Amino acid sequence: MSGVLSEFLQFLFSGLTVGAIYGLIGLGFAVIYNASHVINFAQGEFVMIGGMATVFLMAAGLPMPLAVVLAIAGAALVGWLLARIGIETARGAGVVGLIIITIGASILLRGLAQVVWDRNFHPLPPISGDAPIHVFGATLLPQSLWIGAALIAIMAALRFFFDHTRTGKAMQAAAIDPLAAQLMGIDIRRLVRLSFVLSAALGALAGVLVAPITMTYANVGVMLGLKGFAAAIVGGLGNPLGAIAGGLVVGIAEAMTAGYLSSAWKDVVAFVIILFVLLFLPNGLFGRAEVHRA
Amino acid sequence: MALLRSWLRKAAAAAVAGVAALALVQTAPVRADDAKEPIRIGSFLAVTGPASFLGDPELKTLQLYIARINKEGGVLGRPLKLIHYDAQHLAKKAVTFTRRLLEQDKVDLIIGGSTTGTTMAVIKLVERAQTPFISLAGASVIIDPVKKWVFKTPHTDRLAVRKIYTDMKKRGLTKIGLLSGPGGFDKSCAGNARKLAGKYGITIVADEMHGKGDTDMTPQLTRIKNTPGVQAFLYCGFGAPTSIVARNYKQLGMTIPHYQSHGSASMKFIKGAQGGAEGVRLPVAALLVADQLPDDNPQKKVALAYKQAYESAYDDAVSTFGGHAYDALMIAVDAIRRAGTTDKAKVRDAIERTKNYIGADGIYNMSPTDHLGLDEKSFVMVEVRDGTWKLLK
Repeated sequence: MSGVLSEFLQFLFSGLTVGAIYGLIGLGFAVIYNASHVINFAQGEFVMIGGMATVFLMAAGLPMPLAVVLAIAGAALVGWLLARIGIETARGAGVVGLIIITIGASILLRGLAQVVWDRNFHPLPPISGDAPIHVFGATLLPQSLWIGAALIAIMAALRFFFDHTRTGKAMQAAAIDPLAAQLMGIDIRRLVRLSFVLSAALGALAGVLVAPITMTYANVGVMLGLKGFAAAIVGGLGNPLGAIAGGLVVGIAEAMTAGYLSSAWKDVVAFVIILFVLLFLPNGLFGRAEVHRA
Repeated sequence: MALLRSWLRKAAAAAVAGVAALALVQTAPVRADDAKEPIRIGSFLAVTGPASFLGDPELKTLQLYIARINKEGGVLGRPLKLIHYDAQHLAKKAVTFTRRLLEQDKVDLIIGGSTTGTTMAVIKLVERAQTPFISLAGASVIIDPVKKWVFKTPHTDRLAVRKIYTDMKKRGLTKIGLLSGPGGFDKSCAGNARKLAGKYGITIVADEMHGKGDTDMTPQLTRIKNTPGVQAFLYCGFGAPTSIVARNYKQLGMTIPHYQSHGSASMKFIKGAQGGAEGVRLPVAALLVADQLPDDNPQKKVALAYKQAYESAYDDAVSTFGGHAYDALMIAVDAIRRAGTTDKAKVRDAIERTKNYIGADGIYNMSPTDHLGLDEKSFVMVEVRDGTWKLLK
């Protein structure tokens, strides 16, 4: 019996770890979508910048904590630039145009990463080593616990930010009705810029946390960004906490399919879930239905 | 003021005349028998993207040695010109760039196709254009069945599997778990593993797969670990997943002998695995352990020379992938010299007649039925110990 339990736990741990990664990235999509109705397809690249910048700053001799802080700050700056130059100057382009601009930014950032850094893949040392922790016969990496802890900390911080700070409440107001928010004196442009900076910092933090597991390289953001976007949709676009739940759902479904059914079906599962959610729960698991006056 | 204007007018006229003259000179047709006309070597490689640890050293090698050859006078008195494109691992890009190489850049020969997928996608094009193509990819399907214009320098996955199975048989391992990824090389390697298992008395008791860009293979490895009677583990793949698999293997505390293919023959695999690669066995080209080869090994001198040249030019450890590009280039250059011309058909024939060519990655003996020219002897079995390759006797 314990063999069955340990096997199940192993798949669950894998799903939770991968799902937490997807959730962290989906969070970035949700925050930006909330403030601007733009889907930022360069979100994966913020994750990549967090990891790659840390790798190279450490190679230049900086101690890891300092490298991490600088990398996150650097990513936040890139986020700010994207908002300021990419989004604001093209304000009249409409949402679709802005999304295309973020796709362009994604390609640009990937190319720059290969020129400024390199084209290889790099690991980062895990925060507290890689001696596996044994739980009922299954193994868990300490890094997974750090990712989980970071997820909980970020969830709490965001809840506090959105519910108990002026800026957070302003962001929620802007998400519900941008015009009314502006009429109330809320500066939407500032909020959009802030949302990009916040998402970039979150993405970079995710990049630093997951690089010891996934390794980082210039194009790591492509697949991770897509899965993070899937997580955000499943959770209901615009709901940051829903994005995290969506990520866990997708991650666990993938791991369970690979473990119990067949690894060949694993990729199919994620997309089947998205299809199911979009068909039957178009606002995602936790999204708020939009109510329009006729 | 009028004087200035007239001076300006004259200067403008002179400038226009000068530009026109330059334009005429540039577009003057180059005669085919112009001695300085460069030999055009076309290339499409996976320089960026998930297969970059193949294409990056390949491109660097081609650039390094073409510059060297040109400094020493070129080939047949003509300089070599490398026209290269980054097709990543994408078959569509490979097709687009190969078309460009053949139709617009009018290359004499193509060295490229870092991955099996990109190589297979362009075979029809090079055959139609009747242009010699030396592939740098791994799968046996590239030259088996033999295609008139297609050659390759890397060992095939078929040879690798045979070498691995020979080692397994020696250690009495008969039941194995297999894991492979979605790539063309992975599929070919896994396919050969399934086909050849019976011949070596080996049974595949677990057969798992992972997806593209996957970051965690513990579910698949758990299934293999829990398969009753499993005695060894073989992973067919390349790139970042090789390191992830090694790390997952270590995390799960697996102890059965761990084998990987020559797709993992790079220091990046070891570094990325962060300790998880210790004890992994794989077949590699002798180049990787050149300094551990016995002195009477004919490959030692060539391999060491390439290793020194590459590592002093680039801040990068040598890999067998760069070695394949080196061998391809040198075989091509040797063939052009033997043919005495860049006529595509004659160069093709000369490549096919390559005999006893001592390269960095093997000794090549090509023939009309063998467009690879390598056998198991040019592969050596190594084990990762203390973060580096240890030649197994």
